[in-house]
Amino acid sequence: MAADLTPLFNPRGVIVTGVSSHPGKFGFVTLHNILTCGYEGPVFAIGREAGTVLDRPVLASIDEVPEGSADLLVVCTPVSVNEDILVSAAARGVKAVFVAAGGYSESGPEGIAAEASLVSLAEQLGLVLAGPNGQGVVSTPVGLCAQIVAPWPPRGRIGVASQSGNLVSAFLNLAGQTGIGISRSVSAGNAAATGLVDYLEWFADDPETDVALCYIEGLPDGRNFFERVRHVSAVMPVVVIKGGATSGGQRAAASHTGSLASDDRIFSGMARQAGLLRAPTIEAAFDAAATFATQPLPSGDRVVVLTTAGGWGVIAADAVTAHPDLTLTTLPEDLFASIDEMLPPRWSRNNPVDLAGGETRDTIPDLLHLVAGHPAVDSVLQLGLGIQGNTAALTRDGPFYPDHGLERIVGYHDRQERRYAEAAADASTDYSKPVLVASELATARPDNPMVGAVRESGQLCYTSADRAVAALGHVTRYASWLRSRP
Amino acid sequence: MGTLSESESRRVVAAAGVLVSDWGVASDPESASIEARGLGFPVAVKLCGTGIAHKTERGLVRLTLTSAHEVELAGAELLAAATPEDGEVELIISSMVSGNRELIAGLVWDDSFGPCVMLGVGGVLAEAVADVAFRLAPLDRLDAHELIGDLDAQALLGPFRGEPTVDREALVDTLCALGSLALDETIRSIDLNPLIISDGRAVAVDALVELADQT
Repeated sequence: MAADLTPLFNPRGVIVTGVSSHPGKFGFVTLHNILTCGYEGPVFAIGREAGTVLDRPVLASIDEVPEGSADLLVVCTPVSVNEDILVSAAARGVKAVFVAAGGYSESGPEGIAAEASLVSLAEQLGLVLAGPNGQGVVSTPVGLCAQIVAPWPPRGRIGVASQSGNLVSAFLNLAGQTGIGISRSVSAGNAAATGLVDYLEWFADDPETDVALCYIEGLPDGRNFFERVRHVSAVMPVVVIKGGATSGGQRAAASHTGSLASDDRIFSGMARQAGLLRAPTIEAAFDAAATFATQPLPSGDRVVVLTTAGGWGVIAADAVTAHPDLTLTTLPEDLFASIDEMLPPRWSRNNPVDLAGGETRDTIPDLLHLVAGHPAVDSVLQLGLGIQGNTAALTRDGPFYPDHGLERIVGYHDRQERRYAEAAADASTDYSKPVLVASELATARPDNPMVGAVRESGQLCYTSADRAVAALGHVTRYASWLRSRP
Repeated sequence: MGTLSESESRRVVAAAGVLVSDWGVASDPESASIEARGLGFPVAVKLCGTGIAHKTERGLVRLTLTSAHEVELAGAELLAAATPEDGEVELIISSMVSGNRELIAGLVWDDSFGPCVMLGVGGVLAEAVADVAFRLAPLDRLDAHELIGDLDAQALLGPFRGEPTVDREALVDTLCALGSLALDETIRSIDLNPLIISDGRAVAVDALVELADQT
């Protein structure tokens, strides 16, 4: 049964315990982050020192909080006082508790007992208990950053649930870098009462979340996880990165979260069976989640690669061909004929469609629509954009600008780059197919107008064809998994 | 944790739908040769009992016997090799299955995920190749097809050295049968090692069922 985590992610008000005037302490930082990121509900600071912190009165006890004014309690106080705090909080109408504080099962036998006791108390009081020993919770639709660390990500459609707080931060940082935003994020900490699959089930019903992104280190009850997560997959894609895939990683995981490892091949088989999308790296996992969040699902595996120049296309052709879930499709005759009519004869006459520098003003937008609109093409990968913008940047920074007609050509280049990016986004929307744009300029020159326009269109500019192909593989595999399991 | 004898193991997996080589049992060399004649030569003869889990290591397997006389001789030798620890023993006579390709399959127990169906490339290089994949049991036919598709050595499943392509539907039957046995709480694990690909069909020529702790 999915627990109702609404008071955790969408609370009426928030109480923070352990607030002191020391700006390095968790209580202070959590209060600061909640007050800084736009949360509009009431916020109550509880601490031992009377006075104010961050211009907010510090209350000596939760008993001073008006009844029913806060749903969420964030606990930054030590183990010894937390049970009393939970009892007081429940009496004031609190419904969910995030225990950021450590000192529980991660710290030896006494901590294990304290955690068990906390869990049973929360159960008696009817409280949702997240953590302990977790980094916090983020909920962008309500501006909530109840975390002991940064960052605050842009709002978006990805829900993050992680068995490690720093992986949450990594994904939020990538969200900030790429502009592909986050709906909710949570670090499960010791997951004493609320585990990964509880969060995933709630995300599946959450109208703000389209895709789940998940870091797994160990699953004490993998069977239960499997039986529940397969139902999540049927509603929402779940992208997974698994720590401890090798013996070295397993030793590290055992000392980090105490998780005992299964044979990694069993995890892989389980992931396939449950429709999970397993990615090998943090970057690949984020790329995949970002693709689910921003692109339609393809109807099949037929990929066409478009490129303005050769090498990129050849590399991409290798990547698509090597991918078990994708097909570098042969150009249908009618599409071939239409392209041939549009381009000078030196084009590649094959998939990848390589313009070989033969494009004129409207070629790229027209070609994107022609190819994406063809019923025998399921997805499109566009490479080799940004060249004109790159040239414009060098020209603009050079000593001859703006004379010699350079101002005019720079403006033209920049406008063209924006048109290309917009055409790619429009083609994706118009034909409801993935249309991915990849260029190393995404990170090498984020000021390139093509990169900027891709970002403004709400899409991810992939940093390489290989990364785009890997992401496309995940959405294609998931679409096929959904089709095969009615 | 005990094991079932090969003959009991064969009965259990065959009843679930695993394709096993033709076989019979005998308690003495003479009835072994009658069984062998019924199956047709060549045959294999093995000593079988609940206490015998590793027949090959102990030399309790005689392969490719081509006459009633050879079967009687082998049967007598094998019965004489039985030790008191082996408990009740009998002879298994089975048809020789010929093919160049071998797979291994089984039901394994994982502490986190519970019962899982395993499929791997078998034969002498199996351990070095380590081409093995899993699904949680029980599994449906689609899962079983995808499990077969997870093996790296897909070329091994196509036409091979004059032998036909592997009948995937028949292999799916065997994998689903293994998966269904996960529902039997008396069973902890099952080894089908090897499955020999004969005329495209994966046939189990040995079976070992390990029983769950009765606690």
